[in-house]
Amino acid sequence: MTFVQFLFNIYAGITIAAAIGVVTVRNSVYAALCLILTFFSSAAIWILLEAEFLGIVLVLVYVGAVMVLFLFVIMMLDINREQLVERFIKYLPAGIAVAVIIAIEMIVVIQRSAFDTSEQYKAVAQNAPDYNNTEALGELLYTQYLYPFEIAAVVLLVAIIAAIMLTLRKRAVNVRSQDIEKQLRVRPEDRVRLVKMKSGQ
Amino acid sequence: MGFLASMWDLVPDVLQTIIVILLKIVAILLPLILAVAYTTLAERKVIGFMQVRLGPNRVGPRGLFQPFADVLKLLIKEVVIPAESNRYLFLLAPMLALVPSFVAWSVIPFFDGGVLANINAGLLFLLALTSLGVYGIILAGWASNSKYAMLSALRAGAQVISYEIAMGFALVGVLMAAGDLNLTKIVNAQSGSIFSWFIWPLFGLFLVYFISGVAETNRAPFDVAEGESEIVAGFHVEYSGMGFALFFLAEYANMILISALTSLMFLGGWLSPFQGLTFLTDTPVIGWVFGNGIHWLFFKISIFLFLYLWFRATFPRYRYDQIMRLGWKVLIPVTIVWIFGEMIAVGLGWKPWL
Repeated sequence: MTFVQFLFNIYAGITIAAAIGVVTVRNSVYAALCLILTFFSSAAIWILLEAEFLGIVLVLVYVGAVMVLFLFVIMMLDINREQLVERFIKYLPAGIAVAVIIAIEMIVVIQRSAFDTSEQYKAVAQNAPDYNNTEALGELLYTQYLYPFEIAAVVLLVAIIAAIMLTLRKRAVNVRSQDIEKQLRVRPEDRVRLVKMKSGQ
Repeated sequence: MGFLASMWDLVPDVLQTIIVILLKIVAILLPLILAVAYTTLAERKVIGFMQVRLGPNRVGPRGLFQPFADVLKLLIKEVVIPAESNRYLFLLAPMLALVPSFVAWSVIPFFDGGVLANINAGLLFLLALTSLGVYGIILAGWASNSKYAMLSALRAGAQVISYEIAMGFALVGVLMAAGDLNLTKIVNAQSGSIFSWFIWPLFGLFLVYFISGVAETNRAPFDVAEGESEIVAGFHVEYSGMGFALFFLAEYANMILISALTSLMFLGGWLSPFQGLTFLTDTPVIGWVFGNGIHWLFFKISIFLFLYLWFRATFPRYRYDQIMRLGWKVLIPVTIVWIFGEMIAVGLGWKPWL
């Protein structure tokens, strides 16, 4: 076992253990933290595969932003455990069905790739020491896959606008609300009138 | 010496590398912790000066040993764990706040080649790490089981996420100007003279970056997360002794980190402002002062640290909705417009002024 394999085993073990933790721990904050650990060790595995850009972006986007918002919401929830158990039993059959389908799909995919030792699925060759994954990805994305990349960006933009439109509500006409621009534009001359009085009056 | 060298040769190769790396880490972290200690003293002295007070002057000559007295006091204080708090997360949170702010120093170059890990995607790595520090704050707020700490955690979370976007966009500008994510190469792209520093073509992004940096470290005037007039002390209200000290260590280490990054990306890091003026750099004895070197990086870092303290002494605290407005409606549009202009400049190949 080389050192890289040793590291891979450690990270893969942590990933699996944390992923099991996500679905088994009772406290939902702990579950979110387990998910963060899963992301982290998957990022480490990606970096072992010389895909440092993907690994760092996984940490940046999912751990640094998405999971912070997740924790945010979970922390404010007050979860009723009895209701949760009731619902769990209610949705159990559907859940089992989904799990079985996912498992079958995974088995089909894995049988094809990881355990096939034919020439087609050999391990990827190591890249040269000065290989830059970020540069390679950028070149591919902006030349060969330019249109899919741009279209994906536009789809995301549409999703953002849709989400904003859903939560946008017009205020009632006669409600007073704070307008920060107006507040900032206030000058003392508009508010204060200095009056000179003769002394002794 | 000969004996020591032969002893060193007996150590296996793998162990040798590990020992060298560990020594480098110590060489970075020890001065950093000392710098943090003396930043706290400098803060009290500078703010004292601005408010016409003396500041700490009892411990040691001119109060110079005050940080050590503070550390000793915090070390021997009892660590109180609130009864209904979440014990593990309560103890874990200060460490989660501290670790990212220390790890980030591993990719900071102090002089040409003077870096612990010279990685390709250094800028991205730093952006990822600076966004992790908020977990310490959020978890501390939740685990304390206190309303004040909880409110503070929510504020800090929303604030850090909003300002991270502006910060990331500012970094995109630097990346476009330097053409690389590696920090050493970014600094070397600014060599030439003082006019080839990125602060001139990227002045707007420089302002945006430093302002978002102040907001990311939860410092005044953006310190609503610890607004003592509203929510007592914020997320660390339940912490005592070393837990409290670790939060402060993290905050000050982050301040120094943001100052170092601003100097590296916009002010040419270790590059001297007198670069290219050969009559100065060729002066016999003191010529090295005008040349490139680590002392210029330290000088630039201290300028930004002083700005932090100056802000704290002079600006009133922002209202929460105004913080959000500044981040989303002012800083982000500024960065987008600036990047658009820079895109045109790079596309047309206006290299000297971008």
